[in-house]
Amino acid sequence: MSGDAVIEIRLTLNGESVVAQVDQGDRLLDFLRYGRGLTGTKEGCGEGECGACTVLLDGLPVNSCLLPAWQANHRVVETVETVPEDELSALLESGATQCGACTPGVVMTGWWVRRNRELADTHALRELMAGNLCRCTGYDGIIEGLEAWLASAASGRPGSEEGA
Amino acid sequence: MTVFLPRDLDEALDLRAEHPDAKPIAGGTDLGVHWRQQTIAGSGAWLDLTGVPELRASAWTDDELVLGAGATYWDVIRDREIAEQFPLLARAARQVGAVQIQARGTWAGNVVNASPAADGVPVLMAYDAVLELRSRNGSFLVPLSDFYLGYKRMRLDPDQLLTGIRIPRRTYEFEWFEKVGSRSAQAITKVGVAVTRRAAEWRVVANSVAPTVCRCRALESLLVDGLPVSRPSDLAPALASDVSPIDDIRSTAKYRAEVLARLLYWALRDECPSFT
Amino acid sequence: MKRVEGLSKLTGREMYVDDLPVDGCLWGATVRSPAPRGRIREIRFSDTVDWSEFTVVDHRDIPGSNSIFLIEDDQPVLAVDRVRHLHEPVLLLAHPSRESLSRALSAIEIEVDVQPPVLDFRHRPGPDQIQYGNDNVLKHLRIEKGEVESALAESPRVIEGEYETGAQEHVYLETQGMVAWEEDGVITVTGSMQCPYYIVDAFEHALGRSRDAVRIIQAATGGGFGGKEEFPSGIALHAALLSMKAGRPVKLIYDRSEDMQVSTKRHPSRVRHRTGVDHDGRLLVQDIEVILDGGAYVTLSPVVLSRSIIHASGPYACDHVRIDGRAMFTNSPPFGAFRGFGAPQTQFACERHMNRIAEALGIDPVEIRRINLIGNGDSTATGQVIRDGADRVEVMQRALEMSDYRDRVAAHDEFNATDPTRRRGMGLATFFHGAGFTGSGEVFLDSEVHVAGLPDGRIEARTANVEMGQGTLTVFTQLVCDRLGVPAEAVVIAPADTARVPDSGPTVASRTVMVVGGLLEKACDDLRERVGLRRDAEGHALVAAVRRWHDENAGQDLLGRAKYEQPEHVEWDDRTYRGDAYGAYAWGAYVADIEVDLRTFVVHVRDFVAVQEIGRVLHDTLARGQIQGGVVQALGWTLLEECKWRDGAMENSQLTNYIIPSAGDVPPIRVAFLEAPYPHGAGGAKGIGELPFDGVAPAVANAVASALGTDPTFVPITPEKLMDLLVGSAKTAGGAA
Repeated sequence: MSGDAVIEIRLTLNGESVVAQVDQGDRLLDFLRYGRGLTGTKEGCGEGECGACTVLLDGLPVNSCLLPAWQANHRVVETVETVPEDELSALLESGATQCGACTPGVVMTGWWVRRNRELADTHALRELMAGNLCRCTGYDGIIEGLEAWLASAASGRPGSEEGA
Repeated sequence: MTVFLPRDLDEALDLRAEHPDAKPIAGGTDLGVHWRQQTIAGSGAWLDLTGVPELRASAWTDDELVLGAGATYWDVIRDREIAEQFPLLARAARQVGAVQIQARGTWAGNVVNASPAADGVPVLMAYDAVLELRSRNGSFLVPLSDFYLGYKRMRLDPDQLLTGIRIPRRTYEFEWFEKVGSRSAQAITKVGVAVTRRAAEWRVVANSVAPTVCRCRALESLLVDGLPVSRPSDLAPALASDVSPIDDIRSTAKYRAEVLARLLYWALRDECPSFT
Repeated sequence: MKRVEGLSKLTGREMYVDDLPVDGCLWGATVRSPAPRGRIREIRFSDTVDWSEFTVVDHRDIPGSNSIFLIEDDQPVLAVDRVRHLHEPVLLLAHPSRESLSRALSAIEIEVDVQPPVLDFRHRPGPDQIQYGNDNVLKHLRIEKGEVESALAESPRVIEGEYETGAQEHVYLETQGMVAWEEDGVITVTGSMQCPYYIVDAFEHALGRSRDAVRIIQAATGGGFGGKEEFPSGIALHAALLSMKAGRPVKLIYDRSEDMQVSTKRHPSRVRHRTGVDHDGRLLVQDIEVILDGGAYVTLSPVVLSRSIIHASGPYACDHVRIDGRAMFTNSPPFGAFRGFGAPQTQFACERHMNRIAEALGIDPVEIRRINLIGNGDSTATGQVIRDGADRVEVMQRALEMSDYRDRVAAHDEFNATDPTRRRGMGLATFFHGAGFTGSGEVFLDSEVHVAGLPDGRIEARTANVEMGQGTLTVFTQLVCDRLGVPAEAVVIAPADTARVPDSGPTVASRTVMVVGGLLEKACDDLRERVGLRRDAEGHALVAAVRRWHDENAGQDLLGRAKYEQPEHVEWDDRTYRGDAYGAYAWGAYVADIEVDLRTFVVHVRDFVAVQEIGRVLHDTLARGQIQGGVVQALGWTLLEECKWRDGAMENSQLTNYIIPSAGDVPPIRVAFLEAPYPHGAGGAKGIGELPFDGVAPAVANAVASALGTDPTFVPITPEKLMDLLVGSAKTAGGAA
């Protein structure tokens, strides 16, 4: 219980154990951007519609603008800053990014799909990406880039177990 | 602003009783919208349920599937057995928002948020789900069909938490669900309906066409009685007594009424001998 | 060439204005009018707040002229005593804490003596509604060619139609934002923008500062589409005024709701056609009336109106044309620049009308276009003789082939006869888009670019044109590399910082590659001359020559320069609105294949083919990306995006209830290009960014009409409106529908 304005949380952030103080009113998005200086995760709407703020929470993509920061306690959080650069060449070549504002969110959802290939058995890529709104590409550059990414050889990392 | 972070169910129920004004929050897909604007006002209290392990688990018994209060849409989508036994659950879950929302949104949260547009509720109600409400004084079971009293009002006492959703294991002869939103995903429902039939028992449950998600009992009677129907407008009188759609920022009463009748007519036309 | 800044965007390293750490920064906020029209009676500050902690700015703090410099001087930076639209800025606040700022906003009450607002642009205003000039007409323009009245009287058939299109919100994924501070007597602003020098102009005018005491730096910009063309000048001024008063940097970022409520939108339109044709469908006379909703201030409405009327008669040959256009005042936040800039609105009307004519005459929609599409030697509505470009019929043919048009029309007829709940249709639209500024606009802009040879031998291109996703950095790099024969590593594009780059004009009007890229090529040539090399000199020779020049001229700048020169054959008369409206046109033909669900009236786009001639394709991925993105944004306008109004401003100001397409809502967009190099465009290219917007709504509407046998004359074609259209008509009595 906390009546204080500040709550202490412990979490694994981008592979590192972190202890931090968060404001009660902060979202995970605020904690990442302003608390930790991880500005790769962007805010597009504040209402969980556009997906620009997508991060992985315990291995699943979530809108970090909808999560009170104190709910990240004891959780595993991954942001776009952890995606290895050599994973991104397919997206770079396919025109998956134009203005870049939706891009980190797209990359994170794509990274989750990449690490959980069995999703393709039950879901079309366009359905998996429906929570990442883009205004520039018309989606073809993104979907083609993801298809190429998924088809490319594994980068050498073991696929993580998907959440829940 | 106060935040309560219980570590087990007993603590959660104690806090619920002592601070009934504290809003229980799980996945936050409704309550988290414009979070900063809400919290800036400074007042308000929150009861976080995500740290309570007992609420997370779902379980099968001989007679029921019990969805824990923390069960998410994604949990159901990924569970083969649930998809086989209760296909409407998986179907509805896939149409809630998009994966980011499905990964966090809970069925229980959807029930107690009590929106007339709640996407999980119609299929639960069509499966005759029963809610397990707990306070530190004990446990109570309430059929979901009886849970809503009016717009945003429900049979939930201020010291109670919804701790489980029990769905009886049955085979259905007919199961169908459709949601009409403003786009294919990430859309709030404009009109939605779930239908099940078991022997002569029908359940027709609609959302976004009344102050609460509701059973369309006049329509159910029409189906049970096998009254002849040859076009969507033949369903209109029954629907008019069951639902009362409105004009709002998303759609119009006229559209909702018309589309509901068409959806039902075309879903049932091949299923019901009395439909032509 | 891969996108130059692509990896930076994919890794999240790209810094947008809200990502920039600014030490000692205050947060800014705007206090706005609660009423759409009236006089401010009183402003009350509640004593629940300690106002001494806040910086408060009102119109009295404006050192120069209280107006946002654009075409006219009518839009105030901050309202004085009169308000003309809901959310009009009245006061500015700054404070170190965002929470305190939010609370303070609710602690200020602006009391307005309200007057009845004008909210419908289509009807003539009553005497008590006049708020601009003596008739609320912000701008009136007219195009005339031939003898319209007599031609109408002599036409065997005259077909009329009325078409309406709604507003559209840009929804750039990065909202508007600026940071301002003062340093060594220079007021500096960085933020999300398309036109740094527009802001310089606005600062000179409103802050009374000389241009060298102003520095505007474009930050990475997450989408613009026109929404960051003129609107940012106001925000930049607001941030600057707060910073000047507070003596500290101020960050002013709009959240999504505020952005959608207060920022510019696409001009709503109503277009009426009266068309005389012969029995074969040949156009004899086009009489067109265009009305646009301009909102409460003039801003860019005259230019939007201009483009809308020039494109209103479509890509067709016709001897007698009259287009009368008016932009009307209403008490709405001003409507503004949005991709297409008036042409999507009027070409929707024109292309729907062509199908209406075809239907009335029993002629195939392809045939009516085939006989009317403008050929070389024909003249446009303004009398411009078209002499080049791909054969317009060939462009259309290509689209028909790619979309299996004929076969699918037949297949859909069969399908429609048997399927109980679905109807399919094919729709065609042919259209055009003039690239660059109208008429003498480019001369007026007087753009200049520099290409610098740096001491280490690298080449730096300096323009004020920004990257906002369309690929400016990459194409500019490519152009310079090609022109100078140097590798990409040797080229750098200078940030769009007005302290470092000349005024090469705004990033609008699909002019960046065509016009400014063309100037870059010339500036490259100039640079080469200055180091004494010939045209055919190799790249490494140039790099060596640049280094040598610096050895011999230590401490000096080596700049290749180029300034805009109007191509000789372009002649335009602003008074009569006759002549060569644009140096070049891009030509398009789009085909939509749609299916309507008769249970829900939802239109599903099954396939979309986009064929266009754009001069030359300089970069395949970037060009396709522009077309695909433009088509999908236009599909949103056509089917999903509806602005709901309250007191003239947007009520559905959230992404949950203003619906833009997601990946699941659109099919893959199939794109093909034809080429016909334009000699005055960089690398032969014509403008491309806006063209796709012109062909989508009519292609889809024509497909819906074909599928249902009904006549949608409006955008957006929402399920609710389609239902009203269908359920009201006899065709749906009983049976399936």
